[in-house]
Amino acid sequence: MNNLLVLPLLIPLSTGVILLFLKNKMIAQRWISALGMVLNLASACLILYQVKAEGIQTLHMGGWLPPYGIVFVADMFAALLLLMTSVVSIGCLCCAFGTVGGARERNYFYPFLQFLLVGVSGSFLTGDLFNLFVCFEVMLISSYALLVLGGTRLQLRETLKYMLINIVSSTLFVAAVAYLYGTVGTLNMADLSLRVAEAGQEGVLNVIAILFLVVFAIKAGLFLFFWLPGSYSAPPAVVTALFGALLTKVGLYALIRTFTLIFYHEPAAAHSWIGWMAGATMILGALGAVAYSDIGRILNYNVIISVGLIAFGLAASTEESLNGVVFYLLHDMAAKALLFILGGIIVGLSGTRRLQEMGGLMKRCPPIGWMFFLTALAIAGIPPLSGFAGKLLLIQGGLRAGYYGLSAVSLLTSLIVLYSLLRLFMAAFWGEAKAQPASLPPSSGFALMPAAAAAAVSTSTRRAPASASTSARAITLAPVRKRLVLASGALLLIVISMGIGSEWVYSFTAEAGETLMNPAIYIDAVLKE
Amino acid sequence: MELYMSLAIGVLFTVGVYLILSKSLLRIILGTSLMTHGIHLLLLTMSRLKRGAPPLLGEEAEAYGDPLPQALILTSIVISFGVTSLYLILAYKAYRKLGTDNMELLRGEEDE
Repeated sequence: MNNLLVLPLLIPLSTGVILLFLKNKMIAQRWISALGMVLNLASACLILYQVKAEGIQTLHMGGWLPPYGIVFVADMFAALLLLMTSVVSIGCLCCAFGTVGGARERNYFYPFLQFLLVGVSGSFLTGDLFNLFVCFEVMLISSYALLVLGGTRLQLRETLKYMLINIVSSTLFVAAVAYLYGTVGTLNMADLSLRVAEAGQEGVLNVIAILFLVVFAIKAGLFLFFWLPGSYSAPPAVVTALFGALLTKVGLYALIRTFTLIFYHEPAAAHSWIGWMAGATMILGALGAVAYSDIGRILNYNVIISVGLIAFGLAASTEESLNGVVFYLLHDMAAKALLFILGGIIVGLSGTRRLQEMGGLMKRCPPIGWMFFLTALAIAGIPPLSGFAGKLLLIQGGLRAGYYGLSAVSLLTSLIVLYSLLRLFMAAFWGEAKAQPASLPPSSGFALMPAAAAAAVSTSTRRAPASASTSARAITLAPVRKRLVLASGALLLIVISMGIGSEWVYSFTAEAGETLMNPAIYIDAVLKE
Repeated sequence: MELYMSLAIGVLFTVGVYLILSKSLLRIILGTSLMTHGIHLLLLTMSRLKRGAPPLLGEEAEAYGDPLPQALILTSIVISFGVTSLYLILAYKAYRKLGTDNMELLRGEEDE
């Protein structure tokens, strides 16, 4: 029993509720939400420390011992993800100040952000399958709100589809839960693991496993990612950064948890499916990343590629590849948030999303250029940076498990990632600054990815002649831009230090991987106390 | 009894899927809520339908119903109620702003 485990839910929840009462007090809202996030970070650090020192921590809600009642479990994997979530959310929050636009800030942007965090941390911590569904819903409902907040035509259109996809997949989730409960009579994950092991994962249990696979694959964007590029390019860059860094990762977390803890008995069935889906995801994502010339799309397809890569580690399911999965997940959360923020800044500075129309940013804002370059290298997995260690482990594990084809695919897609991001880098930062595009696309231009600039100046320059907008941008943006550079610099520092200190990070991820590899550790911690 | 329930669930699912595949937004929303109803019945049926047994763990009780599915259904109903109302409002907003509720016209790859 450890009551601390409830803090990562309680802190954002109460912060969010307090914020609801401060509708028009913008400054107070910002400070309080920042304070809440810092407290959240502190609690995540504390939980990680305890897990490292004393092993898996559990909390039985209302004193009901498992398998009855809802249990919260923090193993190393969950604790690490929790820590990275709080770090990334602080980064995104700092970038949100003054860039999402006054109307959004007044209309409960910050409370929704906090509620999103409640759902995300809840999903990581819960040890009960139905509770996982509830936390998913908390997260999704906040994400609907964040996606549509602002109410442009594009946002409304994309939110309609995003909601439909998620409602259908949630319905299937509950169906899978119902079938599982009908078959083995429990919903506690540790207990489920035992009972599935007893019953043997055959017949109907295999079908249920595939149903779970479909559900989580939709949420994570694994192969069934058709909804992702569209929806993720609708909201402001900050929101996309949060979604790209957190939401798909929660889906992946659920996938990893269920298929390492509960349905790990028949790798031939579920895991080979995961392998095929991972391969297809990487290839299709790579095609998308090369095909488009719109920043938002390119970055979204990069999210999809990394989902495929992580799923490849799950398919191989050797000790090394699971270590790699944890490592790469952590790296990817930080790196993708950073990438989207930088992408948003680029769009804000150049006033367009199309590669052909931008250029010459290196002269105007060198730090952004260098940061983008380093981030691109990190995501592609160039050695001293953080992507390398994760990819190395994943591919080593994959080769050892005999997945030669998939390993080759993941190496090839890494090259394509590098190509697509460097193409973006060259188009945006090299060359001469092109003339400002005739106009920002009227309704969507800034609302697609208004990062830094666009939103801050939207009111002043949106209707002004395009020629005047450049100078106006440069003036109004100075303080906001400084904060953006600082926030993304801090995230970059994390990415770099994760790479340089990978030996140290590895000592944590190795423990997480070991727990994933041996479900008995998790089960013992939950059931025998 | 379970058989009839299963049939009812099947019908609800079929109708729900049919409605979701239609073009009109309102029908799609109705479809999602019908599907959710089907799921709730499924949860109820999955714990075997028993009559006349209270969900209590007492010394004297000879039989007791399983309280868990009912708790699950209650939670699920609340969530789907919230989501559906949000979806309806969103659909109304979108209809006002986009001027159509035909999903065929809401594809849009191109920037507007």
